[in-house]
Amino acid sequence: MARPVQYNINTKPMENPVGFVNNGPDGFSGEGFFATKLNDVVGLARKNSIWPLPFATSCCGIEFMATMASHYDLARFGSERLSFSPRQCDLLMVMGTIAKKMAPIVKQVYLQMAEPRWVLAMGACACSGGIFDSYSVLQGIDQIIPVDVYVPGCPPRPEAVLDGFMRIQELVGKESLRRRGSEQYQELMTSYGIQ
Amino acid sequence: MALTNTIIREKLQDKFNDQLTDWEEPYGMLTFVAEKDSNLKVLQFLFDDPELHFQFLTDLTAVHFPEKENKEIAVVYHLHNLIDNVRIRFKVYTPVAKPDVYSATALYSSANWMERETYDFYGVNFIGHPNLKRILNVDDMDYFPMRKEFPLEDQTRKDKDDEMFGRG
Repeated sequence: MARPVQYNINTKPMENPVGFVNNGPDGFSGEGFFATKLNDVVGLARKNSIWPLPFATSCCGIEFMATMASHYDLARFGSERLSFSPRQCDLLMVMGTIAKKMAPIVKQVYLQMAEPRWVLAMGACACSGGIFDSYSVLQGIDQIIPVDVYVPGCPPRPEAVLDGFMRIQELVGKESLRRRGSEQYQELMTSYGIQ
Repeated sequence: MALTNTIIREKLQDKFNDQLTDWEEPYGMLTFVAEKDSNLKVLQFLFDDPELHFQFLTDLTAVHFPEKENKEIAVVYHLHNLIDNVRIRFKVYTPVAKPDVYSATALYSSANWMERETYDFYGVNFIGHPNLKRILNVDDMDYFPMRKEFPLEDQTRKDKDDEMFGRG
């Protein structure tokens, strides 16, 4: 008697096939050339070479280590190099409970990063304070710095972190080159008391 | 001869007569209450006495009892005799309106940070402390969070549903 199959034997086609030809920006292509907007090329370059800065304070940091390591492999998304110097980084990943005493340090790290910069809040604590509804814990890092993507979970699975990271990539790829100089962006920064 | 609670109690009562009250032995640990002005004298006696040897201050903290009038804040000292491995505990009470207690830093160096912590959370003003400022909380905090009149929850939160946290 045949043993029951324990894994899925039906191959499933990928929703978005990987590769420049199918996944690249719109443009004109011909024999030996491809023409497109500068905006799209810059977006394409940026989103596939994000340098993340892990700001890990607790258990979400452990989950992120699993994400970085060979099994889930953050390097597949162009983030081979995690930088531990904020001055070289594009993406601040805040993972874990941020106490009120830690808040100025998170803000300082954010200020040390060069534009363009993005922020990912990982886990319930970084997003909203989580279960630590307490006098000593910051109720979400968006009280001190602007956040682009929130990853919920306590802690989130590495898949969720990768999903959040891919959403950051989407934002980075589609961002207009004029956004960081716009008035709305200035207003956002001013509302956080930056600049 | 082992150092028993009875011997410690007799020695203390010989020295301080009626100043020490509320003798108890919960779980075998000798506990009593001292006048707040004599806390240093009691500590010094326990430290210097050739038999008592209570030379290690293991813990120093406070408790807030809002219902006890003029005795709202209890400062608790835990002492350890390392030679005979005996522990004792005593408390002094102070009114919350004027929470002044003499600092034990001259006698026990370990009291330095513990008194700062007690000040941080209960606002006990330790007279004679060399550096009485907040140790754990943010410096610009304007209240003492472990006093009972302040709710434990963060009051700045806006996006949490009380029902989800069991206090709807």
